[in-house]
Amino acid sequence: MSQDEHKHVVSYKTYTIILINLLILTAISVAVTEIELGPLTVFMAVFLASVKSALVLIYFMHLKFDNAMYKIMVGLVLVVFVIVMVITFLDYNFR
Amino acid sequence: MEQHSGHALVHRDDEASKIGMWLFIFTELLLFGGLFVVYAVYRHLNPVAFHLAAEELDVTVGTINTVILLVSSMTIAMATSSIKLGNKRLTLLLLSITMILAIIFMVNKYFEWGGKISHGIYPNSQTLLDLSQGDVLFFGLYYAMTGLHALHIIVGLVIIAVMFFKVWNGSINNDYNVQLENSGLYWHLVDLIWIFLFPLFYLIT
Repeated sequence: MSQDEHKHVVSYKTYTIILINLLILTAISVAVTEIELGPLTVFMAVFLASVKSALVLIYFMHLKFDNAMYKIMVGLVLVVFVIVMVITFLDYNFR
Repeated sequence: MEQHSGHALVHRDDEASKIGMWLFIFTELLLFGGLFVVYAVYRHLNPVAFHLAAEELDVTVGTINTVILLVSSMTIAMATSSIKLGNKRLTLLLLSITMILAIIFMVNKYFEWGGKISHGIYPNSQTLLDLSQGDVLFFGLYYAMTGLHALHIIVGLVIIAVMFFKVWNGSINNDYNVQLENSGLYWHLVDLIWIFLFPLFYLIT
């Protein structure tokens, strides 16, 4: 990797490692549904999907290598989404 | 890369175009986010029907499509690296692989939807209307959300084809490649949405 370049070029190796991790997580999430976890099933599925999407955001979408401003913007959007989700369920549970 | 020394002042702001792309991605995340809230609420209200309806979906097809999208995400990410390193041939190859994978995804989707439709399960079909309200909601959301996602795949396919052409004719090169980078961001978004659609529709039963 050329250090003189200002733009950060992510190596093919990094991308390959991330893909392997994503595939392993996919295999785990498929395998986990075979086990009876009861109410934890949904939690596990969403948790594993969140880990996978974090890998995609951080490495494939370059959040790790880009300006910190992007991280803040993505963080804010996620916070907005969580707030909407929580408010909706508060409404449905205490109606 | 400074062949045109000084005289033509071309306005170019790669950072700004990337911010613009991210803003668009946020609107997309909230669009699908809204649909996920709808899914969560209806699942919460009809747990049994959603449980039974989800068992109708083929986990194998879903898993294959997940793997396809993950690999295609990696190939387009590699393409953004290879164009910066000035490797035009490899960039074109990686973009071709990405497009082929997208087409395979759509072919799988075609057979999957085709199978459902031939069993009489499609929005407003008599078979579906005879089932419970929860089944109607599940398959309604299934068609709406995977359909909207498939539409994004088709749009992405067109965008990547345009990028392929631009790399080929040299208008995207190792100096100017933010368009390819933004297309990559879009494709990762499509992948990101599928990462959540797959467990919610195919895995949780």
